Amino acid sequence: MEKAPIVCLREVTKRFDDVVAVDALNLDIFQGEFLTLLGPSGCGKTTVLRLIAGFESLDEGEIVMNGAPLNGTPPNRRNVNTVFQSYALFPHMTVYDNIAFGLKMKQLDKSLIREQVGEALSIVKLLGMEQRKPHQLSGGQQQRVAMARAIVNKPQVLLLDEPLSALDYRLRQEMEIELKRIHRKLGITFVFVTHDQEEAISMSDRIAVMNQGRIEQIGTPTRIYEEPENMFVAKFVGEINIFEGRITEVYNGSATVDIHGQSFKVLNRKNFTAGEHVKVLLRPEDLAVTRDEDSRPVPPSLGGVIDEVIYKGKTVDLIVSLDAGEVIFVTQFFNEDQEDVIFRQGQRIHVDWPYGWEVVL
Amino acid sequence: MTKGSRFRNFAIGSPMLWIAVFVVVPYLIVVLFSFLTRDPQGIVSWTLTLENYREIFSPVFLKVCRNSLVLALGTTALTLLLAYPFAYILTRIDENIRRFLLVLMIIPFWTSSLIRTYALIILFKANGLLNTFLLSTGLISEPLSILYTETAVFIGLVYTLLPFMILPLYASLLKLDRRFMEAARDLGATSRHVFFHIVLPLTLPGIIAGSTMVFLPALGLFYIPDLLGGARSMLIGNFIKNQFLTTGHWPLGSAASVVLTMLMVMLLVWFFISTRRAHSGDMEAVR
Repeated sequence: MEKAPIVCLREVTKRFDDVVAVDALNLDIFQGEFLTLLGPSGCGKTTVLRLIAGFESLDEGEIVMNGAPLNGTPPNRRNVNTVFQSYALFPHMTVYDNIAFGLKMKQLDKSLIREQVGEALSIVKLLGMEQRKPHQLSGGQQQRVAMARAIVNKPQVLLLDEPLSALDYRLRQEMEIELKRIHRKLGITFVFVTHDQEEAISMSDRIAVMNQGRIEQIGTPTRIYEEPENMFVAKFVGEINIFEGRITEVYNGSATVDIHGQSFKVLNRKNFTAGEHVKVLLRPEDLAVTRDEDSRPVPPSLGGVIDEVIYKGKTVDLIVSLDAGEVIFVTQFFNEDQEDVIFRQGQRIHVDWPYGWEVVL
Repeated sequence: MTKGSRFRNFAIGSPMLWIAVFVVVPYLIVVLFSFLTRDPQGIVSWTLTLENYREIFSPVFLKVCRNSLVLALGTTALTLLLAYPFAYILTRIDENIRRFLLVLMIIPFWTSSLIRTYALIILFKANGLLNTFLLSTGLISEPLSILYTETAVFIGLVYTLLPFMILPLYASLLKLDRRFMEAARDLGATSRHVFFHIVLPLTLPGIIAGSTMVFLPALGLFYIPDLLGGARSMLIGNFIKNQFLTTGHWPLGSAASVVLTMLMVMLLVWFFISTRRAHSGDMEAVR
């Protein structure tokens, strides 16, 4: 990733009547990256995409592309292309004519158009489908045509508006891999909009988590997942357990937190001071579970009873009622060396976690 | 027989009976009359003949046919040109204004179109409203003679049939998904390109429906040419009306009716084939 942003959004604000869809948003998009705008519906992520595409005009701020402001430039004169949520393939045109549309608008030579359409079709693996009409294609094939129709124009930035949401689970996973492959192959900047955090995490170079027209956190999938900066990001991305606690002592870079009378040592990234009430966040897979029958609980740990055991194949999910009353969610990977460790409903267990795996907010 | 199927038979049967009694039977009588001979004393005499059809394909009637076709085509073309932008704008404006404009368009239907045609006479006649206005503004020095010309008939037909073009176009444009236009813009199309490559082809079913609903009545309406064109303009509708009401030649009028019906059936068949073709790629579009 080069450090020159290709698109910059500066204090961009967009209102629909009285509703603020995008609120003084700043965002740099870098050459060649796969950036995902992730957020719940109505968070303004699609509006950001439509502002970049030029379908909406912004109320305040500016969008700069290649150093030049885009304000007022119509969509047909922007060097970006969009893959629409429900593809918006032209129903009266064949696959070939759909893909060739952008090139025809540029009035390229016929033979050149044929060559480039063929290239795009081979990238999305749809050769031989040229003469089909969109309604004769499956959902996955329509998706590929929509991709081909956009990338054939060799845009600097490809905007993808929830392109996988209409596909079923298996096809979606297949297309995620395809999208990554196409992204690598073309080296075009991808701006991808989704509400599906799994999709975002598995594909993106960077994720911008959006809420109410603002970016809550932007960073690599690992950082977003492992180090959420606020409760919104923590709750929106993945499952997470939240413990209420109070800082008791502060050391250099770490602290002790009192949770249900147990004193846990935690990393103190945000420089909390003693006495502050905090939330300690733990992913289900970061918690370690030990059966009381295997070893006596050693403090600090939280005792509880298994409510439910959900077998998932490579993992087993446990729903645990803590003695303090909370219900938490724990994921355990099978340990090949301890095949006799079987969790059952009603068993007494205790949970703890390795120092530093928690997030304190 | 269950209660449900009895209701179904009634629901299907009664309109069928209605159509049989008031449409099929009268039409069969017309077809029968077209093969009979004229009787100066009565209405028809029961002698089978093809004479009426021979008379129909005479140069005089063919000229009437040609005039009618030209006028109907012209009416269709002009209503299409007027209605398309109107319908397009209707789908783009604020819903309240849109509703108001649609009501304005529907209100004239509450008055008989015959009466509205008389109103046009008042507008167009030598000392009518239009001429009085134009003379007073000094735009013209002599009154325009519009009434009793083909122009008057043309204006009358366009005026009367315009809503029948607007409504199907409006429906078809309303259904048009804006995303197709956005996608085209996104791919570099100018407004003109978007119109000719996307909007026009996708609203073809509406254009065909509207054209049919204007063209067919334009061929058959007789009172508008009668009132606005005077005796000078003779169209198929007037020709048929005259055979029945003026000359009393029912068999000839019947034969002309049959020919006109055949012409319309052919057009309707064409209409269905072409809409189906236009619709064939449309299934996903309206999803």
